[in-house]
Amino acid sequence: MEHNKPWQSFGELTNSEAYQKSVKDEFKEDLPFENADNGFLQAATPRRDFLKYVGFSTAAAAIAASCEVPVKKAIPFANKPEEVVPGVANYYATTYVQDGDVVSVIAKVRDGRPIKLEGNDVCPVTAGGTSARVQASVLDLYDTARIRFPLMDGKESTFEAVDKAVAASLSSGAVIVTSTINSPTTKEVVAQFLAKYPGSRHVTYDAISYSGILQANAATYGKQAIPNYRFDNAKAIVSISADFLGTWLNHVEYAKQYAKGKKIDEKNPTMSKHIAFETVASLTGGNADDRFLYKPSQTAAVVKALYAAVTGGTVTGIEDTKLKEGIEKAAKALLAAKGAALVVAGSNDTNVQIVVNGINEALQAGGNTIDWSAPLQIRQGVDSDFAKLVDEMNAGAVRTIFFYGANPAYTWYDAEKFKAGLAKTSMSVSFNWKEDETTQLCKVAIPDHHFLESWGDAEVKAGYISLLQPTIYPLFKTRQFQDTLLKWSGSAVDYVTYLKNYWSTKLGGITAWDEALQTGVIVPASATLAGASFNSAAVATALGALSASKAGKYELVLYQKVGLAAGHGANNPWLQELPDPVTKATWDNYIIVSPTLAKSLLKIDLTNGGQADAYETQPAKKVVKLTSNGKSISLPVLIIPGTEANTVGIAVGYGRTEKYGRASAGVGKNAYVLSQLINGNIAFESTDVQLELQAETYKVGLTQTHNTYDTEQGNRTEVMKEMTFAAYKHNPAEIREERDKELKPWGGLEKFESQGTIYPVYDRPGVKWGMSIDLNACNGCGACVVACNAENNVAVVGKSEVVRGHEMHWLRIDRYYSGSLENPKVVFQPLMCQHCDNAPCENVCPVAATNHSSEGINQMTYNRCIGTRYCANNCPYKVRRFNWADYNGSDSFADNQKSILDDSVMMMNDDLTRMVLNPDVTVRARGVIEKCSFCFQRLQEGKLKAKKESRPLETGKDGKWDLQVACQQACAADAIVFGNANDKHSAITMHRTTNGNRLFSSLEMLHVLPNVTYLAKVRNTFDEGTHHTAEKPKAPAAAH
Amino acid sequence: MNYRLGNKIFQLFFIAVAFFGSVFTQVAYGQDGKALFSQNCASCHAINKDLTGPALAGVEDRWPDQKMLYAWIRNSQAVIKSGYPRAVEVYNQWNKVAMNQFPNLTDAEIASLLKYINEEAAKKAAGPAVTVGGGDDPNAAKASGQDSTLLYGILTLVLAVVALVLLQVNSNLKKLTDDKEGVVRLEPVPFWRNKTYIAFLTVILFMVGGYLTTKGAINLGRNKNYTPEQPIFYSHKVHAGANQINCLYCHGGAEQGKHANIPSVNVCMNCHTAINEYNGEKLYTADGVEVDGTAEIQKLYKYAGFEPGKPWDPTKAKPIEWVKIHNLPDHVYFNHAQHVKAGKVACQTCHGEINKMGEVYQFADLSMGWCVNCHRETKVQFNDNGFYSIYEKYHADLKSGKLDSTKGITVEKVGGTECQKCHY
Repeated sequence: MEHNKPWQSFGELTNSEAYQKSVKDEFKEDLPFENADNGFLQAATPRRDFLKYVGFSTAAAAIAASCEVPVKKAIPFANKPEEVVPGVANYYATTYVQDGDVVSVIAKVRDGRPIKLEGNDVCPVTAGGTSARVQASVLDLYDTARIRFPLMDGKESTFEAVDKAVAASLSSGAVIVTSTINSPTTKEVVAQFLAKYPGSRHVTYDAISYSGILQANAATYGKQAIPNYRFDNAKAIVSISADFLGTWLNHVEYAKQYAKGKKIDEKNPTMSKHIAFETVASLTGGNADDRFLYKPSQTAAVVKALYAAVTGGTVTGIEDTKLKEGIEKAAKALLAAKGAALVVAGSNDTNVQIVVNGINEALQAGGNTIDWSAPLQIRQGVDSDFAKLVDEMNAGAVRTIFFYGANPAYTWYDAEKFKAGLAKTSMSVSFNWKEDETTQLCKVAIPDHHFLESWGDAEVKAGYISLLQPTIYPLFKTRQFQDTLLKWSGSAVDYVTYLKNYWSTKLGGITAWDEALQTGVIVPASATLAGASFNSAAVATALGALSASKAGKYELVLYQKVGLAAGHGANNPWLQELPDPVTKATWDNYIIVSPTLAKSLLKIDLTNGGQADAYETQPAKKVVKLTSNGKSISLPVLIIPGTEANTVGIAVGYGRTEKYGRASAGVGKNAYVLSQLINGNIAFESTDVQLELQAETYKVGLTQTHNTYDTEQGNRTEVMKEMTFAAYKHNPAEIREERDKELKPWGGLEKFESQGTIYPVYDRPGVKWGMSIDLNACNGCGACVVACNAENNVAVVGKSEVVRGHEMHWLRIDRYYSGSLENPKVVFQPLMCQHCDNAPCENVCPVAATNHSSEGINQMTYNRCIGTRYCANNCPYKVRRFNWADYNGSDSFADNQKSILDDSVMMMNDDLTRMVLNPDVTVRARGVIEKCSFCFQRLQEGKLKAKKESRPLETGKDGKWDLQVACQQACAADAIVFGNANDKHSAITMHRTTNGNRLFSSLEMLHVLPNVTYLAKVRNTFDEGTHHTAEKPKAPAAAH
Repeated sequence: MNYRLGNKIFQLFFIAVAFFGSVFTQVAYGQDGKALFSQNCASCHAINKDLTGPALAGVEDRWPDQKMLYAWIRNSQAVIKSGYPRAVEVYNQWNKVAMNQFPNLTDAEIASLLKYINEEAAKKAAGPAVTVGGGDDPNAAKASGQDSTLLYGILTLVLAVVALVLLQVNSNLKKLTDDKEGVVRLEPVPFWRNKTYIAFLTVILFMVGGYLTTKGAINLGRNKNYTPEQPIFYSHKVHAGANQINCLYCHGGAEQGKHANIPSVNVCMNCHTAINEYNGEKLYTADGVEVDGTAEIQKLYKYAGFEPGKPWDPTKAKPIEWVKIHNLPDHVYFNHAQHVKAGKVACQTCHGEINKMGEVYQFADLSMGWCVNCHRETKVQFNDNGFYSIYEKYHADLKSGKLDSTKGITVEKVGGTECQKCHY
């Protein structure tokens, strides 16, 4: 079943009744005029009540207004620090550290409060890129559920008391269980402690383990480490269930590298080729040029077949013809790019990874796409070490145990056994900064600082150091883990001094240290790629050892979401409300099934419009009970194309305990219990599970169908354009020619602006803002969405409101499918206010609250808005958001939100959490419309900077920037370009002029003249280039 | 008409204020010995008594060679090193505390400084001096035309009553003539029950009431002339007026960012470790109560945790809780740097003649109309600021005469009256 028209929802695919209705309405719900047919007297709010309300509100307003103006205080510093000017932000280079993950960031500190993190451009690893989790982590600093003081037996204690209590039980040493530590100084601090207390040892335990790769590399390369993957050097990439753009290893760096290969230079068009083999739809699979589906039980067969194919053998052991063909094609593509090819696999099976190493070796990846000069340090844990420790704990051999960053009571596959073992220790100490599942069971908790309050260093790759410095004085009575260990080891210096001494000595002086701290990174002098000697014997052994596992009727895959990952983001409302790029669901985990399985298991036939509607338009989803190895879990089911027919997926990281926080409480279920320990490694899959349809349903907050908009559609929708690389090479100007043809009746491309309208064309003297988004580079990860939340005080609305279609995101990423229902191609399109120069919303506002600026901005004035929502109804892009409730607690009357809104929203209204608000952006009250402002506060700040220095504004000329908008700054793939389109040398002008062939604006023929443009998605697929017959779309009335 | 006239007066006033403002700022930089003394010397020296440094009265007599004195002022350490006896003597006498360097002072400036010192010393010798000058009444310029609204109101009222009486008389007379002529008519309705009158009165009441309500509503939250009592009677008249301290010395934030910022205690103490008494012109609150300046300085010392004569430990300071006078609603974004640094607007344009205010009050009503009017009329630094070079079209139009170059490019022309310039 091939479809030329891309579709966002199953309703759109079948053009169902509900879909046709939804494209006509801006808002999901009808207005609350219940029983209006019976006359207003019978209505829920009759005339008398109405008069009462009017009377009350008038009286209340009069009383409130006639009160005296409150006296406000202006309290200056007693002694103003030299570097602080109230009202002016300071920026400090520091580092996002979460378990092993390391991203260099610049923290924006406004009046002493960190309020926003931006990528650090100086860092050669991530080069200014961030992820959704990095962007959201600043909110964790103000998490209301942080441990605020040391705890002993769950009660508040003091550092002196806990130090004394722990000191008494250190005589026989302690076991320190941590997630990966890649800080050189912390490693030394730990070593000092181990030396001081003989009998102690350090065990590294990663919740999401990569021990398969570590051990495979030990076997083949003789190094138990992870190489530095170079996706930017790869012309052909094969990923086998490795979500390297979303969650796998150092994904921020990979996203940047991957985008480099996907961007097209018009003069010399080349493009990398990416083939994904997947079990359950993932972000990476959606971005792949071609995707093939397989079952978890076939993993061994797939890698063996691919190994055979690249080493000149034949593909055997694969019955599925599509998959077999895919492997053959992939092998061909890899071999064609020998020396610039890369294969990565997500499996945690050592033998699978050894074979993958064998494939890479056969493709001469070593020294090219696999670099051993600077191995990656972000995951070091080996599962069998921890499994052994759990056995010892149960045997009563462990007396004293510490936890730092590790939370096995939640993440370990056999949490019950771990808990039993923990109960047998006599002293357990947790250094985690949240009261997580393990901390709750420990006798003593000595909370660590948040990373924004900490000193430290992190070595992401060998030699590449990123430094941490505090950006705020610790909010609570917390103490850094390193300080505690140093104290217990009897060290005379604290950790700051230790760190300073360590690096001053290494760098050759305190000045060098200060300089490094200022830039935030220490970079090795040279960076030549290096290979490593390869032990082929290991591959032969692994090939022999790999056998197909026993497969049941249904199979299960556990995966991480871009937002929550291993579960650290569970209490972060920004991440919980971030629509998952693949499923577009918020606030829950669920079982992902394929359309085929939906038909057989749920009795939902998506090709039947009525059944698709019944599934899609109601938030209530059918619930299925999944049983694996005797453990059961009941979750709602979502149908996601691109998932293997009989494989289901569940995200980990959900189902936290009450104490973890108000946003995570009661959200989803813990799927870690379904993981297994196979051959010493944790396997995040199960090849034999049972599924049982339950009677009940469960509501899931899905956002994809909330803002549907439709147009006359030809071969390609006018909203989003895509084409194959073959078609592009055949005629690079195809899209431009098509646009020109489309606009012919109104003067063609050249004169469309003036001839397409009866309105005059306005001057845009000075600055004219513009944005351009390369759909080839965008991978849909959602970092921009969270960055926008943080920068613009975008409200969190909670699950109950998302279900009603009330989410507030200014920037959403639309997911389009095209091709077959079972395994479609996916395009991600970020969509925000398009700042139309001829904006339909502006004409219909009765109070002129939304109007146009001379700089091309579609302005929104909240204090003028009366909430008619006409503008939202008239917006062709559906990007305007209405404040249905008092999400921010900014109304004059307190307590009018409590019964309506979720507890997670109330958490965002806590005085502590509110510290994250950007003071330069109005916090919107109930009853007004809001939307993307192009980060107006940043534009003003940037212009002021130029004015103060009396020089023209710089937006990207020679790499100089006075301002970058939040989404642009956050993007790891550099997909978003922004700047002054009137400047001939600005980045935006260069972007548009050098990519004229792929350039388009969404719904162009409406003549709304958006200031946001896109570059069409080009896919380097095996499919034949679809040369469209370009049926001419029916001409809509040319604007106004 | 009234509005236009009001506008004109407003405009004139602005120009006047801007003029005085610029004069005032220039003075601070000029060769005024007094200003130079306040800026450079006063934190360590007084004229007639010893502070951190020696009293400066008669300093020229103590230095045999004037050249060496000038050199000493610019760089005392160099003079000491050269071994000049007077320099070494002073240095040793004052516990070897090095004097700050002022390498940028010109000869003329030092001369005017010394002149000022001599004059002040002479005044002291002559008897108790009045050190604070200029006591103009800021209200002197108040419009002298008397308000005649009340008069007209009374007249209208009287005429209305007369008309009413006449109407009544008329109707009574009519009744009498009708009776005489035998025409049968109903008893006349007393005027308080006459529906025409009642309706008329209602309409009038409605109009007046509506006018007052609207006017009152518009003024809600506006606090022109707000003069709260502050924890310390701090007089801008003494600091910015008499002593000519530059506004930016304390409110440095005005050039850097959003807030002008109230100085922290350590900024006050820069000068007040030395200046511990007030003996200028008498100070009065807005209500006319006399204020003891020295006692107010003592209040500062309490906040600062400072005991005169002892070295000050800044860590003991506590912040002063000033009452905020200029309050903008939360949905308004205002940036001082934009106006002060980029726009080169004088402080007085919005804050009034702050250098003449004993107690600060809110000079402007800070309403949107007030902001927008100024944006309509004020020119941007179109030719002087390099930022505006990107407005190529305007530059071309100015050259070709398409745009009136005398009118210049106003803030409005570059988008300064668009909603989102202040509301976002």
